[in-house]
Amino acid sequence: MIEIEKVRKSFGQLEVLKGIDLTVKNGEVVTIIGGSGSGKSTLLTCINGLEPIDSGSIKVDGQDVHDKRTNLNKLREKIGIVFQQWNAFPHLTVLENVTLAPRKVLKMSKAEAEEIAVRQLRHVGLGEKLSTYPGRLSGGQQQRMAIARALAMSPEYMLFDEVTSALDPQLVGEVLDTLRMLASEGMTMICVTHEMKFAREVSDRVAFFHKGVMAEIAPPEELFGAPKTAELQQFLAATH
Amino acid sequence: MFHYTFHWNQAFQKLPQMLDGALVTVEIALASMVLGIVFAVLLTGARLSGWRTLSALATGWVEIARNTPALFQIYMAHFGLGSFGIHLSPFTSLLIGITFNNAGYLAENFRGALKAIPETQTRAGRSLGMTGVQAFGWIVLPQMLRISFLPMTNQMVWAVLMTSLGVTVGMNTDLYGVTQALNAISFRTFELFAIAAAIFYAITKIITFGARLLAARLFRY
Repeated sequence: MIEIEKVRKSFGQLEVLKGIDLTVKNGEVVTIIGGSGSGKSTLLTCINGLEPIDSGSIKVDGQDVHDKRTNLNKLREKIGIVFQQWNAFPHLTVLENVTLAPRKVLKMSKAEAEEIAVRQLRHVGLGEKLSTYPGRLSGGQQQRMAIARALAMSPEYMLFDEVTSALDPQLVGEVLDTLRMLASEGMTMICVTHEMKFAREVSDRVAFFHKGVMAEIAPPEELFGAPKTAELQQFLAATH
Repeated sequence: MFHYTFHWNQAFQKLPQMLDGALVTVEIALASMVLGIVFAVLLTGARLSGWRTLSALATGWVEIARNTPALFQIYMAHFGLGSFGIHLSPFTSLLIGITFNNAGYLAENFRGALKAIPETQTRAGRSLGMTGVQAFGWIVLPQMLRISFLPMTNQMVWAVLMTSLGVTVGMNTDLYGVTQALNAISFRTFELFAIAAAIFYAITKIITFGARLLAARLFRY
């Protein structure tokens, strides 16, 4: 379970998170929508401790992410994150990209790590590309590789930060299909996305962020069907 | 026009001695390169450490190495330290001088290479549960070495050529030193130095060729 309580966060003068409360139960898929600069992506990087927070608390399975005594490296093993820019490691093959962390962090043997990596890569449809270098893959393939790389650590939670935003339109579908598959398998996920159709389909709940505040949160049919705030109504009108 | 009779035979008889000297030259160049890389990594780390004194010291090293003659650096290692009662052999002084120079130049290259690697690479590694050291060692360092590979090859060539400066601190077992000594007793100046130059040329060509092969094997991306 991920418990976010009264989280505030500023970059200099700019307050990007103004007291966010959100609890995500295991097996739940929550998507976060909202305009750019609304704080959605920042929240994700705060959840796995890549960014510090100013006040409030974030707990993952009861463990306080921002407590100094928390071993973040250990905690990150169970929280996978995939970024808008997929950040493939260019000097490693697709297979090595995926086996690196299991071998170095989880201290798996090469064979063990490869077995898991091959399974994950097949899962995302890259079983034929094992010895290819990322530079030769399309953006969509690199992004799916990044997803496999995160999954190879057997995380209990997956965070997706606008994973289709940097992709050519024709490549968006293949990545979204991968996310749908994960959702249907029961993975606990928080997805920041601009894909409204996707959000409507996979989410248990959708959260709307506006200027650092979570303005609304509801099951998709309710949130999209009967938006309560003027901001969300405007946002939905603009994105359709 | 000029009265000089070439005696190539006489000179070529000294080839075995000169090749022995070439071996010492390569030895010094290689050792100074390996040590230079180690110190360059430390200097780069020091400059990025954010610790002021350490960073200033490292920057000082890099500045001196890159903006003063290599001859001065080797001279200081021998006679400069000698003034303080630290007497090193010509071999050691030469090695220290070239290592100092290599480290300075390479540190600057490494810093440039690091800047070319996006911060997000480290972030991606950390998000997979890696420690900072792991992310640096497995993700950043290999990419840095690739970017610096060509400058490193150049520096290696430069190191070979710099060994010739050892003669000023009394080095007489390297290629240049041996040639100088042979010249003093035989006066076949042109022939001996022409052969030495050809050997230097061959060594540096082998290095660049070898580097190209190595690059093709190492960097397949």
